[in-house]
Amino acid sequence: MAEPEKFEPRRLTEEELKARKRRNLWLALALGAFVVAVLAITMIKLSQGAAMPDGGF
Amino acid sequence: MTDLPITSKSRPATAGDYVQLLKPRIMMLVVFTAFVGLVAAESVTGIQMHPVMAAIATLAVALGSGAAGAINMWYDADIDAEMKRTATRPIPSGAVPADEALSMGLILSGVSVLLMWLASNWLAAGLLAFSIVYYGVIYTMWLKRATPQNIVIGGGAGAFPPVIGWAAVTGNVPQDAWILFAIIFMWTPPHFWALSLLAHKEYARVGVPMLPVTHGARHTRRQVLFYTVLLLATSLLPLMTGLGGVIYSVAAILLGLAFLALSIQLLRTRAGEEEAPAAHNKFAAGVFAFSIFYLFALFAALLVEHLFGLSFPVRELL
Repeated sequence: MAEPEKFEPRRLTEEELKARKRRNLWLALALGAFVVAVLAITMIKLSQGAAMPDGGF
Repeated sequence: MTDLPITSKSRPATAGDYVQLLKPRIMMLVVFTAFVGLVAAESVTGIQMHPVMAAIATLAVALGSGAAGAINMWYDADIDAEMKRTATRPIPSGAVPADEALSMGLILSGVSVLLMWLASNWLAAGLLAFSIVYYGVIYTMWLKRATPQNIVIGGGAGAFPPVIGWAAVTGNVPQDAWILFAIIFMWTPPHFWALSLLAHKEYARVGVPMLPVTHGARHTRRQVLFYTVLLLATSLLPLMTGLGGVIYSVAAILLGLAFLALSIQLLRTRAGEEEAPAAHNKFAAGVFAFSIFYLFALFAALLVEHLFGLSFPVRELL
């Protein structure tokens, strides 16, 4: 029986590697922005809740 | 749908390609009208939204618009590849794989609705979710390839942003919010049909039943005029409720009359017809460009009045 061909992943070119790196950087920034937005919402809601007579409950 | 020709070339995607997927030019108009709805709601009701929450709500509208754009590009990749105007878009040009664009659209949809809910309320989040489905599914998948009224009914999707902005502030959607909806709804047909007069051959080739394809250029130019008259009437409704003041009324009347004059002139041309003079088609392109300026200027007048406290209701002056 013939040996199955060994899978060789395609080597990315320099240009492709650079593009992938830039994409990943933007993705990281987007995730970071999302975390900051949720944090800001939480802080504002907590401070607004604390300012209410019943503590927001 | 997403079956692209095997010959489509692949190239490394840049950040710009992903930005293109979000349809940034449409996004600008969406964000602007949502912001005007938000500011008008604060001014009319006196309810103040925390500035950071308002910024996040506006960002959510932008992301929602981008999500709908990505879903639209995923579904329409097959016809985009066949049309000159859209062949360089990220999916047909081979920069972004179709399934990646769909994933991006779905993830951004979820993120935008979640952010809107966290920053404002469930009503605004629900309206945002509905507007994404309206554009991405109802318009793109059902209407666009089925009926020449695709733009008229589908125009509702683009009309939601000021309603969402209003709901984000107040948690409800009163008459004034729906008046802003109606203005954009009436604006969409003359805006888009002016462009479709120029691209009808490509739409016909890919089987999209745009009005000039199914009913001819002359009928389309008549419909542009008809909807411009309706738009002019609708744009005066804010004067009756007090939403629009003196500045808005001057803007609405002047801009409306200018749009009307251009539509009448367009009807007299042969734009969109076989062997129409280049100047006539150029005139249709001019009407399309003016329509964008019209909506920006009309909403800018409303923004100036409500942002700087310059709203002097016309009915009180009478």
